[in-house]
Amino acid sequence: MTYLLDTTTYILQGAGITLRLFALTLIFSLPLGFLGAVGKVSGRRVLTLPLGLYTSVVRGTPLLLQLFFVYYGLPLMIPALRFERFTAAALTFIINYAAYFVEIFRGGIQSIDRGQYEAARVLGMTYRQTMVRIVLPQTLKRVLPPVANEAITLVKDTALVVVLGIGEILRNSKEVVSRDFTISPFVIAGVIYLVLNYGLVWLFGRMEQRYRVYE
Amino acid sequence: MSDQTARNAAAGGPATVGDPAAGAPAIRVRTLHKSFGDLEVLRGIDLDVAPGEIVSVIGPSGSGKSTMLRCLIHLEAATRGTIEIEGQAIAREHDGRQESISESKIRHRCRRLGMVFQNFNLFPHKTALGNVIEGLIVVARMPRAEAVERGEQMLERVGLADKRDVYPAYLSGGQKQRVAIARMLAMQPDIMLFDEPTSALDPELVGEVLTVIKDLARERMTMVVVTHEMSFARELSDRVVFMDAGQIVEIAPPEKLFTDPDHPRIRTFLEKML
Repeated sequence: MTYLLDTTTYILQGAGITLRLFALTLIFSLPLGFLGAVGKVSGRRVLTLPLGLYTSVVRGTPLLLQLFFVYYGLPLMIPALRFERFTAAALTFIINYAAYFVEIFRGGIQSIDRGQYEAARVLGMTYRQTMVRIVLPQTLKRVLPPVANEAITLVKDTALVVVLGIGEILRNSKEVVSRDFTISPFVIAGVIYLVLNYGLVWLFGRMEQRYRVYE
Repeated sequence: MSDQTARNAAAGGPATVGDPAAGAPAIRVRTLHKSFGDLEVLRGIDLDVAPGEIVSVIGPSGSGKSTMLRCLIHLEAATRGTIEIEGQAIAREHDGRQESISESKIRHRCRRLGMVFQNFNLFPHKTALGNVIEGLIVVARMPRAEAVERGEQMLERVGLADKRDVYPAYLSGGQKQRVAIARMLAMQPDIMLFDEPTSALDPELVGEVLTVIKDLARERMTMVVVTHEMSFARELSDRVVFMDAGQIVEIAPPEKLFTDPDHPRIRTFLEKML
């Protein structure tokens, strides 16, 4: 029993890093994705072309490869871009997830009926006022479910940074597994991921409930 | 003196003193063309609407009625031609060339106009009152308390004072359209455009919306109404415009157009409508 408790405590220490990576990624990639989406629907080629390239490259290559590239590859090309492991991981995750959020928010914005723009227009609103007051608030409601999906995926994706030797949940449990020749640490890790995601699902459920006031 | 003659007299009478566009028609359209790619939807429209006048636009679907209305408030940019609102151009053709008018000027000039849509286009994330005061707060920059006061008056006017805190999803079609009308009236436009305002409504809800529009007619609001409600066009309009294939076939007072139209096409259309 004490063995299980000790093991769990040790693995949970890794959860701190997992949560930090999770939080940092969301805090930065959500606003970035939002800005990117606004840029993408603006129809200005100076914005849409680079943004299109960005989302297709980032979404079209494995996150694991991107992790290797940022941590091992970048410093070889540009020595100034040598990052500490966690920084490299966080940067990669932010860039990666922002690309998905750009597309999610873009889809959300474009799902808003043209009639909403027209109603705003005949009231005399500018494009900017229309976006801020009418389109984006409705978009937020619509993108909640896909954003929840991404957040859940993100919790699990944090396990990928094990390849950079960062001591998060999975690495700590792996350590115990190879030391003690038992697979129970993996089960414990699995339960921790489950609990984290259960919390997320609950949180997003609450948020969707709040937005259910209309429609 | 009947309602109608009173309105006609008012339409021809002097405009308000101090009005910079005194004497100008409320709406003036010349050789308006609109194409979507190769598709020519409007093929040379000429139309004058006098202040206080009520004009109904009828015609088969696909004849360009809605497109014409949308051009008047610049939801569609005219491909060619001139459109003036109270004497101020939002599109102008000069020596065969289309002048460019800045977006902000157009937006400003179009604020004399209001528009009501077939599908209401209420903002679903705002309550009835929220919808009505949105333009007042964002566009007219009115203090909130004042906007709420006017918003409540507007809801009262369309008979929906008790629905002020209700979201559009919980309103019937007729109620939604009345909120949409209140939202537009709150901006105090001089001219109202209605794009088939009752076409999306269940038959039993048409009446309540028409009542509101009739009230406006009684107050001599300048109106252009695209409609399939022949009885409405007949009873309330000063003139009826019949459109077909992107052109105006005939403009006439309702008593003439509905009983003795010059054009056989109109007779055929009216027979089908009855």
